[in-house]
Amino acid sequence: MPLVFAGACSHAPGITGRADRADPKARDEFYAAFERMRVAMMDAGTEALVVVGAEHFANFFMNNMPAYCVGMGDYYEGPIEDPEWLGIQPVRAPGNPDLSRRVIKSLLGDIDVAYAEEWKFDHGIIVPLNFLTPDYDLDIIPVNINCQGPPLTPLHRAYEFGRALRRACDAQPEKIAVVGTGGISHWPATPDSGKIDEAWDRDFLDKFLANRRDDLVAYTDEETLRDGGQGGFEIRTFVAVAGATEGATGELWYYEPIPIFAVGCTVAVMDVKQPMAKAAE
Amino acid sequence: MSLYYLQKVMFELNRDAHVRQRYDTDFDDLLSDYDLTGEEVGALTEPDIGLLYVLGVNGQLLMHYAALAGLEWEEYKQAMRDGIEKHGPVRAGLYAMVGDKNYV
Repeated sequence: MPLVFAGACSHAPGITGRADRADPKARDEFYAAFERMRVAMMDAGTEALVVVGAEHFANFFMNNMPAYCVGMGDYYEGPIEDPEWLGIQPVRAPGNPDLSRRVIKSLLGDIDVAYAEEWKFDHGIIVPLNFLTPDYDLDIIPVNINCQGPPLTPLHRAYEFGRALRRACDAQPEKIAVVGTGGISHWPATPDSGKIDEAWDRDFLDKFLANRRDDLVAYTDEETLRDGGQGGFEIRTFVAVAGATEGATGELWYYEPIPIFAVGCTVAVMDVKQPMAKAAE
Repeated sequence: MSLYYLQKVMFELNRDAHVRQRYDTDFDDLLSDYDLTGEEVGALTEPDIGLLYVLGVNGQLLMHYAALAGLEWEEYKQAMRDGIEKHGPVRAGLYAMVGDKNYV
């Protein structure tokens, strides 16, 4: 089945863990945008959700760091963080190893992905799932792009990964959604936590929503670190979604810097119904 | 300087219940498994969150170690600032690439 849904959203531990310290109006509007995304995703008939995340040393460390890894587990548990600190109680999300295996096999034709049958979710994936599948009853296929420990995969490869992921999903009989989750400019877990460059974020989002591939992959890591912070490396998750929706454009359903959440809070949806002109080449 | 092992202690502490148990019962014995300098062992055992930041520990690991030590979020951020004031700029890792002061 052709991909039924694609979008991108923020993750950050503060979104759930420091919710009571945010401006209530902004927080509630952000949460409502997440809910709108959940409803749209499920209304599209989604049977499995591929979450393209950027985890933070929960499973992968510098002893053996994959540029790309896809989950192939029966189930996934989380959060790895203290539940009280994160504001999310321990849960088990269902996997779909058979579907994962088929997607991975297809991906390996184009991208040398790693796979993992065991995977513990950190806030990078479980915060979005907390909103997008709050009952944890939707099959999840987690994907990680290393955005934390340089050397990092180049952005043009993240775009190519997205294209390959699209081909892999379209080839399956299941109705699949792809949601990328990352920050744009942010300096998480540092003394600058809470700093957000809204102009930099909006410029990036313009390129993402118009799916301007050449502009999206033109950022160098040096520029991103200087202008968008080390958290800006997570734009790879957005770039992968752009690759998965090549030729299509999107809509911004929510963007607002919420400093106590330490990120420009974003919910964006790509129109997967649009013709995939370039992808068909 | 063995930033790799300094961070690996925290990585394994975050995800492995047995490592966490050893942290609770015999932290010195746990730390003997890692190739750490005396300064690093001291920073972990005190714990000196500011020094750990200056030594280059990634905040995505350090924030959990700070929470384990009982620091509230703003205390954690202040500890990093205090560490830079006391110990100087970040010496290694990602944050050493962004200039002398390491924060605005």
